[in-house]
Amino acid sequence: MRTTLTAALAAVLCFAPSADAANDAALAEIRAQVKQMKESYEQRIAALESRLADAEKTAAKAEATAVQVATAPPPAAPAAAMSAFNPEVSVILQGQYKNMKDIPERGITGFWPANGHSHGDDHSAEQRGFSIDHSELVFTAGIDPYWRGNLTLGIQDNEVEVEEAWFQSLAIGHGLGLKGGRFRSGIGYLNDKHPHAWDFADAPLMYQVLFGSHASYTQDGAQLKWVAPSKLFVEIGLEAGRGSSYPGTDENANGANAGAAYVKFGGDVGVANSWLAGLSYLQTSAKDREAEFEDVNGLAAQGLFDGTTKTWIADFVWKWAPDGNPSDRNFKLQGEYFRRTEKGELDCLDEEGVGNACDPAMSGATVLSNYDTRQSGWYLQGVYQFTPNWRAGLRYDRLDSGRRDFGVNANNLLVADYRPQRATVMADYSWSEFARMRLQYAQDRSMQGVTDNQVTLQYIMSMGSHGAHKF
Amino acid sequence: MTRFFSLLILLAVSLPAHAAFNIFATVPEWGALAQGVGGDKVSVYTATHGLQDPHRIEAKPSLIARARTAQLVVATGADLEIGWLPLVVRESGNAAIQFGRPGYFEAARFVSMLEIPPVLDRTLGDVHAAGNPHIQTDPRNLLKVGEALARRMVELDPANATAYVANYQAFAERLRTALVRWEKQAAPLRGVPVLVQHKAFPYLQNWLGLKETGTLEPKPGLEPTSSWLAGIVAQQTAQPARMVLRAAYQHAAPSLWIAERTGIPVVVLPFTIGGTPEATNLFSLYDDTINRLLRAL
Repeated sequence: MRTTLTAALAAVLCFAPSADAANDAALAEIRAQVKQMKESYEQRIAALESRLADAEKTAAKAEATAVQVATAPPPAAPAAAMSAFNPEVSVILQGQYKNMKDIPERGITGFWPANGHSHGDDHSAEQRGFSIDHSELVFTAGIDPYWRGNLTLGIQDNEVEVEEAWFQSLAIGHGLGLKGGRFRSGIGYLNDKHPHAWDFADAPLMYQVLFGSHASYTQDGAQLKWVAPSKLFVEIGLEAGRGSSYPGTDENANGANAGAAYVKFGGDVGVANSWLAGLSYLQTSAKDREAEFEDVNGLAAQGLFDGTTKTWIADFVWKWAPDGNPSDRNFKLQGEYFRRTEKGELDCLDEEGVGNACDPAMSGATVLSNYDTRQSGWYLQGVYQFTPNWRAGLRYDRLDSGRRDFGVNANNLLVADYRPQRATVMADYSWSEFARMRLQYAQDRSMQGVTDNQVTLQYIMSMGSHGAHKF
Repeated sequence: MTRFFSLLILLAVSLPAHAAFNIFATVPEWGALAQGVGGDKVSVYTATHGLQDPHRIEAKPSLIARARTAQLVVATGADLEIGWLPLVVRESGNAAIQFGRPGYFEAARFVSMLEIPPVLDRTLGDVHAAGNPHIQTDPRNLLKVGEALARRMVELDPANATAYVANYQAFAERLRTALVRWEKQAAPLRGVPVLVQHKAFPYLQNWLGLKETGTLEPKPGLEPTSSWLAGIVAQQTAQPARMVLRAAYQHAAPSLWIAERTGIPVVVLPFTIGGTPEATNLFSLYDDTINRLLRAL
């Protein structure tokens, strides 16, 4: 109908310039006809619209009745509006107020500075005063009967970071699951949990030294896992990936630069207790991984590491709830232990030209040495929910700088031998499962000679269709 | 490490094969219904028990392990299990029980839902788009769900079709007889005004004609606040309720608080099998529910 109208109008418009004065009468007649057609269509459209509105009212009434009367016949499959195909979307708002000492270059003494060369980090955990953490935007949906997808974006000022972007199999069967893309690795317990699911405002020290400020190892690659057909939960996972995130570095190479394997066991003890325990291994390789050091005279020096990192993590979680009903009261005990070895070479240089021990003559010379470390650490935490809204928790972190063999560079660089530790206590209040406010106090002795008393007030709010959390 | 993994694989492969038709039921009522229909042809695992809040179950490793070997998942649906079941089903690596497959059965699809929210907004509390999911509190729904479940089991395990059909028919017969008895017993409950702690009983209220005059939770799933409860007490004079109903899995404090201030009795209803010591099967569940309500009159 509209097409006819448009065609008529077009015909009139095309006709008009060539009409001159000769056919004024004919032109007027056509104009009149077009006007008439337009009016008639407008009337018909208005009539149709009012009928539609009436129908909608009736439907709404019918629905209201159906809600009250339960004797209606069972509904057929729910009518699928187009929007039903849209992915589930959720947004996490997270921010905090933090009171702590002003330390220009925070680090953990005795460990390779995981945040590389950058001085200070814009991660909110490192900021004093009020700050917002990145907001997390999550899209997730079934792609087809065989695959499901997830995209998690971290949004901060001037920056959108792809935190996760993966697809997951649904239909392989036999207990097998395949995941590909960018994903949080399945190693350890806390590694694949997003910060909004943590029980404390910050990550355990162990995760910070292992994987840097994100406190999680992320793979760009593939994961294959298998669940055993047994009553005891047994899951085995294998991963291969690009290995570009710390402790590895990005290498322009074929093949996989990172490999991981893990096994997890879990089960119940009676109705009130359930547990999960795992053992994981991650191997990565690094080339020219750079970090700031201090030389024996207190001058700045830079170190480049080439070599292999092997990380072992043992983890366990124990959850208790009276009658297995956690909504009122529950307790969660969680601990992880790691051991990491790094073997390779360390190249010590003087990038800033300060005449440090590796290049006292400032000639651009470097000192290459052996690099061999074996380090370990652990944390243990307990969180008790004592009413439906309130929880309180304690955490203790401890690391051991262990053996650090810098070869000949031991004469040039300061090799600290230190056992960083931190004790944390927190209490949080949840209005609902979507809104939580947390107050945390930590006595942080992760830097040698510094005792930092940190107070954090944090909020975590989630909007939209937020999926289930893992155990 | 390789040796360790090989050992594990060996261990897993050498486990006995599951010969029976394995059913994973999310809540006790569907576990019992599946057992009733399946009889000795099925092996039923029930993921939760009567004293657990069905909204707040965690995706425990033990549940993933059980879902791994199931041929059929029987869930309530209507988002009741949204906090754990999707994760358990996906993590199990079991293709047969994924959402949309015949091995994934949702009871709520086969009954008329109550309290379908006109608008979806989290400020309204824990509302479910498909309606109130606590459909098992009306035993008439068991007939509809049982029939659909029997049909599904026949489809998935045709070898035992005759047993499933016969079992369902026997169950339905017994339930119809019981329904007549229950409805006669519960006649004095018709029109009785009640308060409920959580909106757990709209189907029961609809069946027995109880009249809900208020809820102790200000919004579904949100903990009662003292100012809200004070409002409920004040409302008692204008709209006096005869009793306050609470599901066995819920904590006692709010309903006891109301009972103390208004003098009306608290009735703890089993809500599902195992909620009270008396509710041991699908028949004693409603026997006990009606007895407890009648005692409070």
